Amino acid sequence: MAFIDYYKILGILKKATEADIKKAYRKLARKYHPDLNPNDKVAEKRFKEINEANEVLSNPENRKKYDQYGEHWQHAEEYEKAKQQQRHQKSSQESYGKYSQEDFSDFFNNMFGGTSSSARDRKVKFRGQDFNAELQLDLKDVYTTHKRTLTVNNKNIRITIPAGVENGQIIKIKGHGGHGVNGGPNGDLYIQFSIINHSKFKRDKDNLHLTVDLDLYKALLGGEIAIDTFTGKVKLNIKPETQNGSRVKLKGKGFPKYKKDGEFGDLLITYQIKIPEKLSNQEKALIKELQKLR
Amino acid sequence: METKNLIPIQLLCKQYKIPESFINTLQEFQLIEIIIEDDDLYIHTTQIKEVEKMMRLHYDLDINFEGLDAIYNLLNQVESLKEEVKILQNRLRFYEDL
Repeated sequence: MAFIDYYKILGILKKATEADIKKAYRKLARKYHPDLNPNDKVAEKRFKEINEANEVLSNPENRKKYDQYGEHWQHAEEYEKAKQQQRHQKSSQESYGKYSQEDFSDFFNNMFGGTSSSARDRKVKFRGQDFNAELQLDLKDVYTTHKRTLTVNNKNIRITIPAGVENGQIIKIKGHGGHGVNGGPNGDLYIQFSIINHSKFKRDKDNLHLTVDLDLYKALLGGEIAIDTFTGKVKLNIKPETQNGSRVKLKGKGFPKYKKDGEFGDLLITYQIKIPEKLSNQEKALIKELQKLR
Repeated sequence: METKNLIPIQLLCKQYKIPESFINTLQEFQLIEIIIEDDDLYIHTTQIKEVEKMMRLHYDLDINFEGLDAIYNLLNQVESLKEEVKILQNRLRFYEDL
């Protein structure tokens, strides 16, 4: 466990006054406060450090002890023994504001035995911290609504993943975040979906796109082909003289619409006409005949 | 009117140990909506998270109401931009895959 330089964290000198500390804390807290930097882990970590530094330096008793022992803080334990019982009784009754014990470093907890008797006198109920998680799913997984069990902070949570969720979409699981402070409600869990597509379909919101190879003769003369949809094969009539790059839409054969049960997007098929290769002499002759006719 | 999802402002202020004027000022700045029912003032439970956030910013960081208003609007803008980035990233992915 390394020594933490709280003065350095707040960017102040050792001789800083209480007003200097307060000013430095407010300035940094405004920059890194989690409410102003949602989902920013770096800012959250920085804010915890700033908060911890402020908890120590803004409290004259803690500051004195910190200054006295500094890097030799490990010896503070003997010094504190005499006061231990008294403080233990006191600290158990105090408010910790919105910060939980785990928001403080081991260094802090070891030296000060938990959160200090801070100036906070508002014993307020606060919601717990919101948690963020990422869930990786395959495109075919989100074609149907299904249930999945996740482990978040050693707790199993069974969630329903609605069909049609999008890549990057975030859903909220109420009450599965951090525990509330002073009897406040729990925070929420936010799950962001990362959807990986291993299929031959390309997804654009509710619509699916598919490129289908078409042989030259079928494109010229028309016919029937079987194509893949997300749920199986369907037969499709090809009009005579179908052009390369032309598109057909199969209504309702796309992806499910999010939270619209039974509604689907469309499947858009683009034809890619394959020109025959390695023509025989006879084929070449016949094609030349065709060319003369045009 | 159904008051199941409404919290009396008096109770909220007592719970959070904040003056009612704080909530009234938030409403004046149109940062929250106050519902009046039978002469009692309520806020919807969905707004509690916002009230808590503004309490922290106001009391912990000394941000005044004008500042809260600016922050609230900027955070909303950040949210919409994030949503737009997500849509554009998905659209880009679609074309990159083609």
